Amino acid sequence: MNLLSFCQWVSETPVGQAMSQSPWAFAVIESVHLLALAVIGGAVLMLDLRLLGLGLRDQPIDRVAREAHPWLVSSLLVMLVTGVLLFSSEPIKCYQSTAFWVKMSSLLLAMIFAFTVRTKVALAGEGRVKPVWLKVVAVVSLTLWFGVGAGGRWIGFSA
Amino acid sequence: MSLLPSVQWLAATPGSITLRESWYAYPLVESAHVLTLCVFVGLAVMWDLRLLGITLTSVPCSEFKRRLGPWIKGGFVVMMTTGVLLFYATPVRSYQSLWFRMKAATIVLAGLNAFVFHRGIDRTIEQWGRDPVPPRAARLAGARSLVLWTVVVVSGRMIAYNWFDCDKQPHSRIVNTLAGCSVPDEGAP
Repeated sequence: MNLLSFCQWVSETPVGQAMSQSPWAFAVIESVHLLALAVIGGAVLMLDLRLLGLGLRDQPIDRVAREAHPWLVSSLLVMLVTGVLLFSSEPIKCYQSTAFWVKMSSLLLAMIFAFTVRTKVALAGEGRVKPVWLKVVAVVSLTLWFGVGAGGRWIGFSA
Repeated sequence: MSLLPSVQWLAATPGSITLRESWYAYPLVESAHVLTLCVFVGLAVMWDLRLLGITLTSVPCSEFKRRLGPWIKGGFVVMMTTGVLLFYATPVRSYQSLWFRMKAATIVLAGLNAFVFHRGIDRTIEQWGRDPVPPRAARLAGARSLVLWTVVVVSGRMIAYNWFDCDKQPHSRIVNTLAGCSVPDEGAP
């Protein structure tokens, strides 16, 4: 089964049918997706700013990381659930959209990076990692999440 | 008094036409508007949650405000600038949009809430800022802010949908009044 026939199948599932036929479902789900974007943005920024030596710089890095973590995880879950629903309403359009694939690749990398390198570095404690590497981690994280957000917005323009 | 002639005049200015018809400028401004949501609303949500005593309770409120306040304010400036540019590109449709009106009114309420906080409980932040759970007035300001900015984000997103647009009649009289549509009376239900 190739990706295109998978998309075809998704569009024919009851959820896909309901999402594409309802006049308001897409708008409502999209609003929730957008609200979760704000929260995930806040959670990501709080830690990345701290890693850059900005924002909450009087606080230990691992404390900021621990406080931001539950917000990152919960908003990411909301993002994924609403994102799948949005995808199900127009899977063929997504399949043909370059922006969608940019978004999905960035998302995969951003999630892997966030839960491996970034968490490890942030929890390592002060002095264990050179400051320049903290900054590199923050810049990579911000770049990847920016790719997710910008790619997401651009799906709508490539209609 | 209707501002319709003014927004119609604005829509006919060369700058408005250029931005509206641009291939890249308009989508770029809109993307900046949406992505700055992460900086402004994202950090404002964290601030509201701190005021509610839900997150970062070990960080004094005054420190949170001093360290992240400039980012929230900076984000707000970018939001307003790009928002004004988006309005400038499509003045008539925005002016006659029920959602845009709701969004603008809610931003005013959110501003009022911030003003009340600033003039009230914020004055004694050095006294209560170290408490994990701030006093009632601060928690209320945080809760109101969360609700109001949620309404702003949702109604902002809804501007893109044309359900209540003036050229999509018939609407009920209340929709036409709230959206500022001018419709001949005889046809109205």
